[in-house]
Amino acid sequence: MKYDYYPGCTLKTKAKELDRCLRASAEALGIQLEELPEWQCCGGVYTTARDEIATKLSAVRALSAARDSTGTLVTVCAGCHNVLKRVNDDVKNDDYFNQRVNNYLLPEKPYLGETRVVHFLELLRDEVGFDEIKKRVVNPIGKKIAPYYGCLLLRPSSVMAFDDPENPTVLEKFVECIGGTPVVSPMRNECCGAYTTVSDPSAAAEYSGKIVDSCVKNGANLIITACPLCQYNLVKRDGRLPVVYFTELLAEALGVKE
Amino acid sequence: MQKIGVFVCWCGSNIAATVDVRKLVEAAKHEPGVVYAADYQYMCSASGQQLIKDAVANYGLTGVVVCSCSPRMHEATFRKAAQSAGLNPYMLEIANIREHCSWIHKDVESATEKAVILMRAAVAKVNLNVSLTAGKSAVVKRALVIGGGIAGIQSALDIAEAGYNVDIVEKKPTIGGKMAQLDKTFPTLDCAACILTPKMVEAASDERIRIYSYSEVESVSGFVGNFTVKIRKKSRFVEEDLCTGCGLCAEKCPSRKTGNEFNLGMDKRGAVYIPFAQAVPKLAVIDPAACLHFKTGKCGLCAKNCQAKAINFDKKDEIVEEKYGAIVVATGFNPIDPSPFGELGYSRYPDVITSLELERIMNAAGPTGGVLLRPSDKAHPKKIVFVQCVGSRGLRGCDKPYCSKICCMYTAKHAMLIREKYPDTEVSVFYIDVRTPGKNFDEFYRRAVEQYGVHYIKGQVGKVAENAGKLVVHGSDLIMNEQVEIEADLVVLAVAIEPDESARKLATMLTASMDTNDFFTEAHPKLRPVESPTAGVFLSGVCQGPKDIPETVSQASAAAAKVVGLLSKDQLTCNPCVAHSDELLCNGCSACEKVCPYGAITYQDKEVNDHGKREVRRLAFVNEAVCQGCGACTVACPSGAMDLKGFTNRQIMAEVDAICR
Repeated sequence: MKYDYYPGCTLKTKAKELDRCLRASAEALGIQLEELPEWQCCGGVYTTARDEIATKLSAVRALSAARDSTGTLVTVCAGCHNVLKRVNDDVKNDDYFNQRVNNYLLPEKPYLGETRVVHFLELLRDEVGFDEIKKRVVNPIGKKIAPYYGCLLLRPSSVMAFDDPENPTVLEKFVECIGGTPVVSPMRNECCGAYTTVSDPSAAAEYSGKIVDSCVKNGANLIITACPLCQYNLVKRDGRLPVVYFTELLAEALGVKE
Repeated sequence: MQKIGVFVCWCGSNIAATVDVRKLVEAAKHEPGVVYAADYQYMCSASGQQLIKDAVANYGLTGVVVCSCSPRMHEATFRKAAQSAGLNPYMLEIANIREHCSWIHKDVESATEKAVILMRAAVAKVNLNVSLTAGKSAVVKRALVIGGGIAGIQSALDIAEAGYNVDIVEKKPTIGGKMAQLDKTFPTLDCAACILTPKMVEAASDERIRIYSYSEVESVSGFVGNFTVKIRKKSRFVEEDLCTGCGLCAEKCPSRKTGNEFNLGMDKRGAVYIPFAQAVPKLAVIDPAACLHFKTGKCGLCAKNCQAKAINFDKKDEIVEEKYGAIVVATGFNPIDPSPFGELGYSRYPDVITSLELERIMNAAGPTGGVLLRPSDKAHPKKIVFVQCVGSRGLRGCDKPYCSKICCMYTAKHAMLIREKYPDTEVSVFYIDVRTPGKNFDEFYRRAVEQYGVHYIKGQVGKVAENAGKLVVHGSDLIMNEQVEIEADLVVLAVAIEPDESARKLATMLTASMDTNDFFTEAHPKLRPVESPTAGVFLSGVCQGPKDIPETVSQASAAAAKVVGLLSKDQLTCNPCVAHSDELLCNGCSACEKVCPYGAITYQDKEVNDHGKREVRRLAFVNEAVCQGCGACTVACPSGAMDLKGFTNRQIMAEVDAICR
């Protein structure tokens, strides 16, 4: 199993653990991840303006490079995954966008959305299999863990096609396979406040507070996420519960964290 | 050679604003056979029709082309005018330059060009038209009503009252439909059962009304005035003429695992059951999927206890065939299943219910005996949140694009009744708009707000979540411009209504048209609202579109009036545009018989004289009374023997030639 891997900027700075643990776990599970050479920032935020292409070009470059390599681009940062998957969908389904992007980049071979964008969690679920992971767990994580999805992994559901946006289950199943007890919070698919944390920290605190509150009330002792921004907000703007990346627990369970 | 007059209608500005009518008249004058052409502002008016009559007299016209609206609108009008001028009505043709031209184009020049082409085709056809004479067919003096809810019952009662026999076919074991499940009805708050059950009894006791309950329409053939319908009487496994409806069998039945449909599965019923106390007919029915006798071959407690010896486990479905002159469709509706709206948690939380479920909970004959108790722990809910427009007025895949029309009013009713009976209960309603047009409707809604203190919040609900054992409704309050979270002991979803699932299958059998939402289409949305475009098929109730009870009853009576009008005739004029086979060309291949949807074609051995050669051949014969003139056989016939009167192969080719010229 060999794939191209797109870590993204945050994984090189604030979210190094997300990246390090992912690589260690992947190796332990026999997944070969090749970091895309010369990748650039995904754009950070997907722009919904119909006539915008400039902020999406770097995503197309990454997608196009993956097409010319293994054809599958594995992501793990929820933000990058959302941008890359949606831009790929635009290239595939929006002829106007596609034409302008290719005219701008003038690649040797026009990029038509051929690359498959897969989140590491989807890779674990669909290609490795949670049952297989369960067999390899050496340190079961005996904790009450609240999975937190945030918005970017799930929405817009027609494009992300990740899980049921209202009642997702993939992280719960993941928690079970590494020996934890999932604590289902009804707020697990709500927004953490995202970038309001810069302009209006109190708004982010309100949103994050509701999420952590719900996890506390439901008896969790730990929150897991796949998104560096969610992790930042839940810890920095609330902080009642520890919040770790799902790859950290995976590495710990597989005995490859240190 | 025909002498043809061409009459161009302006239809006010409907046609004249887009089609240059003068140019069209000029062009018509140069067409072969045309001796007269004129235009007029409203050709369908009395003076417009007079124009046609005068021209027929003055110019000795033998054929007429009217360039106007769709023939579905006014072909009959103009043919009648031609007939009164002494022409055979089938010598008149319509060129549809409104629906097919002016309404769908913007550019005058190209629209005019197209109108000229359509006119030419019609002229080319009339050049080959011949006089046709319509035959007569008898009318069967019995009507069929499909569906035994309030719509079907009302139609049947009115038809019977006018003196005609009528049969109701109802697929459930009892008539009564959705109205039987309701508690109170808006805006007067009468008890639904008190006003419905007398009508059910009246239908059952009227000697002109026959009720086929627990029965379904299997097939429909024939045509207006003379439909043949096969009805499947599903086996109840109970002899209907023996059962007294005492209910002892239902009491003794040891199988208690099946959800009671009448209470929407909120309590259990036996495998043998009577749907509800006022069921009509009041007969027991055995559900073989739940019955221990059918599953294990043992039990039979019901049969042992039945004093009337009515239980018959070997009873089979029965097919009966009946003839009808008219058919009323009254198949009704169902509330949609709100499970796909995951954010509302209907399938996750037992205390998120639909309005119809609440209706049963509030009903004295319901699962809680009329006491408002929530499903999860049978506690009195103190905070209730209603969510309107669930699945209505939406654009997502699981949404209906239309307004379900009844929800605003019944939600106001529920809110009001709860506040009346349990004044310590807080009631909130999330709404997009409150739509209460109807007699005394807005006053009713205002009473809910002003007198009963129901808290109306303009905004939609984004999520219903359980937090630490309590339901929380997350929504937006658009007037306060804020996000709100309201704790709730019970959440009630006012879900959209959709046509019954049997409607589409039935529409195919009846060749009646439907819209994209599976509501039956009316013959004209304003002027013929209770007739289907298929002659002899009438529409009653929600099968045609969302309606409340007063509207349903009005439409049911209107449909009945139309049926009575039809049944009062002894004979109907047939369509003379039917197929016929040229026996010298027919090779007896059966291709036409196979494609005929009406079973109008049979084969007979007949002696023919083919240019002096006498021999017996197998030949196709068309039953003109059954043929509907669809033309399928003329296309299928490999030897060109089949032809359709009024639409002959030569006429069609002449039209195509004229268009391509």
